[in-house]
Amino acid sequence: MRPGEPAQQVASSRPSLLEVVDLDLAFQTPRGRVLALRDVSLAVQPGEIVGVVGESGSGKSTLAYTVMGLLAENAEVTGGAIPFEGRDLLSMTAEKRRRLLGNRMSMIFQDPTTALNPVRSIEKQMIDIQHHQGGSRREKRRRAIEMLERVGIPDPQSRIGGYAHEFSGGMRQRICIAMALLVKPALLIADEPTTALDATLEVQIIHLLKDLQREIGCSIIFVSHHLGTVAELCDRVAVMYAGEMVEYGTVRQIFHHPGHPYTKALLECDPGRIRTKTRVLPTIPGEVPNLVEPPSGCIFRERCPHSFDRCVTEVPAPRDLAPTQWARCHLLDDAAEAPA
Amino acid sequence: MSALLSVNDLRVRFRAMSRLKAMATRAEDPFIDAVCGVSFDICKGETLGLVGESGSGKSTIARTLMGLVYAQEGSIRFDGQELTGLIGSARKPYRRRMAMMFQDPVGSLSPRLTVRSLLMEPFRIHGITGRDPAAEADRLLKMVGLPVEFGRRYPHQLSGGQARRVGVARALALEPDLIIADEPTAGLDVSVQGEVLNLLSRLQRELGIAILIITHNLNVVRHMTDRMAIMYLGRFVEVGPTDAIFERPRHPYTEALLSANPEADPDAVLDRVEISGEVPSLMMRPSGCEFHTRCRYAQDICGRVFPQPTADGGEDGSHVFKCHFPLPA
Amino acid sequence: MAEGTHAIAIEEARSGALTGFARRLARNPLGLFGAVLVVLMVASAVFADLIVPYDPTQIMVGPRLAPPSLEFLMGTDQLGRDVFSRVITGGQVALLVSATALGTALSVGLLLGLVAGFGPPWLDNALLLLFDTIRSFPVIIFALAVVTLLGPSLASVIFVVAVTTVPIYARVVRTQTHALRNSEFITAERAMGAGVPRILGIHILPNVIGPLLILVSMDVPLVITLEAGLSFLGMGVRPPTPSWGTILNDGYGYINQSVWPVVSGGIPIVLTTLGFTFLGEALRDIFDPKLRKEL
Repeated sequence: MRPGEPAQQVASSRPSLLEVVDLDLAFQTPRGRVLALRDVSLAVQPGEIVGVVGESGSGKSTLAYTVMGLLAENAEVTGGAIPFEGRDLLSMTAEKRRRLLGNRMSMIFQDPTTALNPVRSIEKQMIDIQHHQGGSRREKRRRAIEMLERVGIPDPQSRIGGYAHEFSGGMRQRICIAMALLVKPALLIADEPTTALDATLEVQIIHLLKDLQREIGCSIIFVSHHLGTVAELCDRVAVMYAGEMVEYGTVRQIFHHPGHPYTKALLECDPGRIRTKTRVLPTIPGEVPNLVEPPSGCIFRERCPHSFDRCVTEVPAPRDLAPTQWARCHLLDDAAEAPA
Repeated sequence: MSALLSVNDLRVRFRAMSRLKAMATRAEDPFIDAVCGVSFDICKGETLGLVGESGSGKSTIARTLMGLVYAQEGSIRFDGQELTGLIGSARKPYRRRMAMMFQDPVGSLSPRLTVRSLLMEPFRIHGITGRDPAAEADRLLKMVGLPVEFGRRYPHQLSGGQARRVGVARALALEPDLIIADEPTAGLDVSVQGEVLNLLSRLQRELGIAILIITHNLNVVRHMTDRMAIMYLGRFVEVGPTDAIFERPRHPYTEALLSANPEADPDAVLDRVEISGEVPSLMMRPSGCEFHTRCRYAQDICGRVFPQPTADGGEDGSHVFKCHFPLPA
Repeated sequence: MAEGTHAIAIEEARSGALTGFARRLARNPLGLFGAVLVVLMVASAVFADLIVPYDPTQIMVGPRLAPPSLEFLMGTDQLGRDVFSRVITGGQVALLVSATALGTALSVGLLLGLVAGFGPPWLDNALLLLFDTIRSFPVIIFALAVVTLLGPSLASVIFVVAVTTVPIYARVVRTQTHALRNSEFITAERAMGAGVPRILGIHILPNVIGPLLILVSMDVPLVITLEAGLSFLGMGVRPPTPSWGTILNDGYGYINQSVWPVVSGGIPIVLTTLGFTFLGEALRDIFDPKLRKEL
């Protein structure tokens, strides 16, 4: 489903599968608290693919790991809630939460090489992952083979007994996808699943994900820094910068009518979008701010070409640009007041 | 224009299994050809792009050019001098004139050295005494747009883009004639990618350096290079002017590679040529045209006969491809 | 996290590595405690001549087997020698043995490890075989054999410790060198034309020496106890030179009459062992990036 205008009604009539509400998260480091996520909110409807884009250090992977509950020990959620199917993941007991993983929620990782256990056969790993499901071992094995067949592993009957190193990178990522979707989760979190792959494989994996998502009907949170794959796969896109979500909208809104200066700059920088050949590529000058002491006001103001007084003093609140799109920028508040 | 670097029929083989295993399994050929019959020229001040998927042998070419990997056959001539047989001190003068930037921006910098010492390394290695290395380090930092204070930092204290700039500065230290850039944008964010590429093209304009860019990022190749070569399983399948290849790819693999470049536009027309399968193993090279196992135009002959290079396109016939059934020009 | 480390990087670049280290050590109470003990031990050994109230070998300074008093801080032994003076001077022996033995082992091990790790495979295999052969001797049996052949002396102890420790250090260095030799910064140096000595000395050595020094500092107590043990058995330092081992041995013979010599000889061993162990562990926590809990 590509939500166009009716998505808003769908959203209001149906409860979200997953929501992230005003999430704050900090990492305790020897040099101070890194405020890695600040006031992040996101809603994922059933059967929808939400892309989370941002550059390194934007907190996009941290967000994914927070939802999965797979954070490092020094991470601390300082505020917010993550209701999933109506129950808050953060206030849930660890045991209950663990039961959701690999059952209602599953994840695929950036590096398929390290995501698979090198000393257990694919068969064993795929049977293990079904521990929440009923059925005999033979039944589970049959399901595993079916799923491998589905993700395009040739001759799964004989190859299921193999080990991770016997497969190529692309095949390994297919196996990871098979494992993640074997349990028919309601939500799949994909953290840069195509970054480690070649371009031709990247396209194959994207298409595979899209087809499987249609079949199973699950939602996907797709974390990526690659604008091209996000544009191709996702229904909605959240843009993150330095631990904040700066813009959210449908994929067309974000790519055709970006509201936030950062989103605009990011799109301009993508050399794939520059039609005429040029030796001078656009960049975003400046650096990502230090998140131990984030600057006052708007997080992007130090690198923003349009920043003005108000950006220093006041944190911009999310402002609706369209029923399904919002951005955090003072320029949108009063277009007349802002310098052009 | 005479070529600065001229590579002819280069072949690089790696031992794929130990002697013992080869004997035990009676393998006829315990070697794999990582690079096979590759020829190309780079002229002064020119930029050549080398494109291919992982395992296509593009990084091996770079390492062979730098003398880090031994070339079994073929010749590498740099400014008229054959480099393949040169080792040790005979090679050293040419190491000054060719510099390489490695993939990992931070990982290619010695971790316990400060940026200043890293920049002084080339001068020390080549025993250049005429100039003050410390002053040279400062000059290089300025040249790549980093503040001089960065000289005191260690590699792990740099961001990817900054480390990449240090890499560029180091490559430029001895004023080389050729820079080999292996994935110059790897690990960099889009907003920083442009900075590094702009820096490279600015310095190329100012200093007249030739650049060999090795990458899988087609967008980089399109904007940065004059000519490009597409590699598959250690061979060039298509070489030609970048604009011509992007305009009209003649080899089906090039076509597929170009269309496997997701555009950041949800409404982009998806007349995509998706190729199935994966790159075959170098241990089991397909017969005939090596791409025929994945090619959608493949016919009988492709599996049997290796296609000869065809020169076409343009006034000088510089667009060369190896295909029995090339796409229409 | 990139944004965090970045600002930190600037801060660290300003303050320098040494102060950064001191700051981290200050935050580790056990490590600090260890450092203090080590400094005290080393200082007392170095300045022993200024500290000792009596000649440690002079017999009948006071009554025999006297308990501690203001006059004799740790009492006297069976020959009436001042135990405090003997303990302080004994520290010199301990320090001498550990510094010489471990210093030799460190340099030889480092060199062999670098050669094995960076050299051709046949050399690597030959050296590994040598290391493993030496390591397969039980230390004590080897020590007894050496002492039998060379006679009991300080030099024998140093020799035994050095020979048995070299393979351990060499192996650590070899493994790390091996891991580093194919890393990109080494390839980058080779591409610039750097020679092997330069690569080993400037680029690999600084990366392998840290973990090795940690290992050494944790080995110091082992060496001290080994020396004490051999001296206790009469195979190390010859009397009348005081060593912690001989003090213990002397005290042991008269333990029915007075426990003080044993206690006095034991305390410095315990404290030094603890000191070096704590310091070593703190060093490891600070310098070993794998164990450091940081983003």
